[in-house]
Amino acid sequence: MSAVTQAHVEDHSHDHHHEQSFIEKYIFSTDHKMIAKQYLITGLIMGFIGIAMSLLFRMQLAWPEKSFWIFEALLGKFGTDGVMDPGAYLALVTIHGTIMVFFVLTAGLSGTFSNLLIPLQIGARDMASGFLNMLSYWLFFISSVIMLSSLFVESGPASAGWTVYPPLSALPEAISGSGMGMTLWLISMAIFIASSLLGSLNYIVTVLNLRTEGMSMTRLPLTIWAFFVTAIIGTVSFPVLLSAALLLIMDRSFGTSFFLSDIYIQGEVLSHQGGSPVLYEHLFWFLGHPEVYIVLLPALGITSEVIATNARKPIFGYRAMVASILAIAFLSTIVWGHHMFVSGMNPFLGSVFTFTTLLIAIPSAVKAFNYITTLWKGNLQMNPGMLFSIGLVSTFITGGLTGIILGDSTLDINVHDTYFVVAHFHLVMGISALYGLFAGVYHWFPKMFGKMMNKNLGYIHFWITAVGAYGVFFPMHFIGMAGLPRRYYTNTAFPYFDDLADVNVLITLFAFLTAFAQLFFIYNFVHSIFYGKKAPKNPWRANTLEWTAPVEHIHGNWYGELPKVYRWAYDYSKMNKDETDYVIPGQDFIPQNVPLHDNEEELNH
Amino acid sequence: MTVFLIIIVVALLGVTLWQISKILELSKPADADDSQVADNKDNNTQGKIMLAFMVFFYLLMGYSFWNYSKFYLPEASASHGADYDRLMFISIGIIMVVQVFTQALLHWFSYKYRGKKGQKALFYADNDKLEFIWTIIPVVVLAGLIIYGLFSWSEIMNPEETEDTLVVEVYAYQFDWRARYAGKDGTLGKANVRFIEGVNQLGVDESDPYAADDIITNELHLPVNRSVLFKFRSQDVLHSAYFPHFRAQMNVVPGMITEFGFTPTTTTKEIRNTDYMVDKVSTINDIRSGREDLDDDERNYEFDYYLLCNKICGVSHYNMQMKIVVEEEEEFQEWLSEQQTFGELMNN
Repeated sequence: MSAVTQAHVEDHSHDHHHEQSFIEKYIFSTDHKMIAKQYLITGLIMGFIGIAMSLLFRMQLAWPEKSFWIFEALLGKFGTDGVMDPGAYLALVTIHGTIMVFFVLTAGLSGTFSNLLIPLQIGARDMASGFLNMLSYWLFFISSVIMLSSLFVESGPASAGWTVYPPLSALPEAISGSGMGMTLWLISMAIFIASSLLGSLNYIVTVLNLRTEGMSMTRLPLTIWAFFVTAIIGTVSFPVLLSAALLLIMDRSFGTSFFLSDIYIQGEVLSHQGGSPVLYEHLFWFLGHPEVYIVLLPALGITSEVIATNARKPIFGYRAMVASILAIAFLSTIVWGHHMFVSGMNPFLGSVFTFTTLLIAIPSAVKAFNYITTLWKGNLQMNPGMLFSIGLVSTFITGGLTGIILGDSTLDINVHDTYFVVAHFHLVMGISALYGLFAGVYHWFPKMFGKMMNKNLGYIHFWITAVGAYGVFFPMHFIGMAGLPRRYYTNTAFPYFDDLADVNVLITLFAFLTAFAQLFFIYNFVHSIFYGKKAPKNPWRANTLEWTAPVEHIHGNWYGELPKVYRWAYDYSKMNKDETDYVIPGQDFIPQNVPLHDNEEELNH
Repeated sequence: MTVFLIIIVVALLGVTLWQISKILELSKPADADDSQVADNKDNNTQGKIMLAFMVFFYLLMGYSFWNYSKFYLPEASASHGADYDRLMFISIGIIMVVQVFTQALLHWFSYKYRGKKGQKALFYADNDKLEFIWTIIPVVVLAGLIIYGLFSWSEIMNPEETEDTLVVEVYAYQFDWRARYAGKDGTLGKANVRFIEGVNQLGVDESDPYAADDIITNELHLPVNRSVLFKFRSQDVLHSAYFPHFRAQMNVVPGMITEFGFTPTTTTKEIRNTDYMVDKVSTINDIRSGREDLDDDERNYEFDYYLLCNKICGVSHYNMQMKIVVEEEEEFQEWLSEQQTFGELMNN
């Protein structure tokens, strides 16, 4: 079946060289490379908005209830006299979380690089279905527009936290953001889920069916393994979020009682009876936790590729890495309860989830050690992508370790929903995944735009970000352990927290520093698209197939026949049998489409 | 003449350089420009910055521990808290050992093996033994932590309920708390939001004979060294009852009753006199004395235990708190006897 499709696609690429109109080429494109760029740019714009929001509420946290003209300018009636309204604070926190998790790190990261790399690295002409792929992007675009439009609703955007737990999210009487704003949030997310599912199904089918000759599963680059498994987790868990959203819509609009029971609000008893918010929590986290890995696995996949290429060494323990990805994927679907240790669910369930949660630390540890060993005795090429990859390993370890505390039901009791949690997940999934995104952009920019990004701006971007990110999130653990709850508009209602105020100022200053560093990236990104140095075909001297494709983008990726694959993706610095020189003399890498030489040892790939 | 020769030599040199540069340019493929790929100098500089960053990171960690460890909550004021804190310190200890070790390796390797011209990377793809070692070490350490944690968890979540146990209902609504004591009969009267009317703010069922002697208060008073079982009820949205000093937390869920039990071990008076709290309060009062927006009362902070809401519940979520007083049994009984019962409240 796949062979037939392939043949057909090939014919297709030979027959037509018709001129594409502007709309076909740049807007309703079915070409995976263009769709990847659309995802990336939309994701970056959403990221800009999400980070800007975090700066606004960080200002409020550092200088509570102080007047800033910027609040009045941006928040309007929610920032009268320049003082942020408590409702606006919660709205900012909520939308910041939603945008960063779903729109930047899910769509912007996985959407971009799955689209760009899956066909190019497995040697396919395009995705299995270009049309579904286009549909997936445009649904994502629509959902982004709806999410942003909810910011302009009179009663304010959703403000029940990014987890939108009912009853708060179900009752406009409880918080004004749960009116029109919440409706738009739910519609936007429902469309987002549809987009994500269309994308994921396409990725899965493409990886399974359209691999070029010789590209067995054990020869796939780790990037593709990561995207493939991510797509599977997404397909398994996103529908559950859709059901949660649908039930919530029904509770809100059609008077059902899935999540609501025994509620008295604003002088009235509501008719809802028999539902449970805990059910919603289960449904939400059944996606919510795998979501962490949907965000993280692509970043780890990108890192594996970038580290191996720039270390000029094979990734250490390829099979163990694949096994870890599979183990993490499986375990990620049975740990959701660790978000609910104190939700009122049966304590015995808490024990089970503690057990499964700490199990997931094992494959994670294996991955971290394998990255470190890959660096050992390498010949590290310090390109910006490499720096971000090393940075990712660092934040992944720092953030992952505190997971051992939070995953332990006992210890979670007292740090649950404090800044300790905020520090933990920002490091382990927020910053790590962003580093993965940046590593990917710096590394594959030449492939996407045919230009090189400026390396010196890349270095400045990385080092300020690295200092700033740790400056923000390392001290944050300590205010969390002081029992400071998250999502508080101000901490001044408790004199007990007065001595933490200085730390909050410090964190905010570091946040501004980190955000400032991103301006270097934006400038570099935009400037390089238009005025960057022209990229060579294979600037990083890498093995994977995308670097055998021509720099200019063509329909079908390769002129003539598709490349054939004879080896795995990690033959870096491989010596010949006599140990006298590299297998190809003077060249420390052997691309996947190079047949085995007589003087080299065959590996089991 | 010499001047003329010099001029010719210089001119020829110039022409030669120009030609050489042209040849170099032409020798590259037309579209190749790898000036933006890290060269030897970049590798060297970036590798060194990597080492400098490691120093920064260790200093940041050291600074944070040195200056911010004091923020860790005071010794727990509940009997299970000692166990909790011990597990916390063991976990932090293990984490920091792993952190210091792995970050050192990561950054040191990044520095040590920074690219150099002519340096050959080692083709090293696999080592089953090594991988086995770093699979098995986390397995053993985590197994230890899990077992310890699970024993503590089942002890904390299944507190022994004796006749002496004080049952208190903690009631949450936007944006305040109420406490309800069972009164002389030791049993809480039935309650449901549908009974809420007028002064019957908690929806206690008037027809239930157990209800009449219930006592509803704005402060949570607890007798020291007596086990307390909290039953949580919410009237509107999710809240979370967080007692940081007692290492206790439980969500408050509308439509169901959640529970958490602990035994307070330190009275409010005792904790105010601990070194920790004396220091902390004097620091806070130093900060507050400089603030002009506070009146004199507010500038003079005195520590009281508190219960706070820790699940986003609406615009005033940040100020949903209740004072907790832990006192001797006699003081507690005396305070309780001064409070109005539910029956009295309804008859007034």
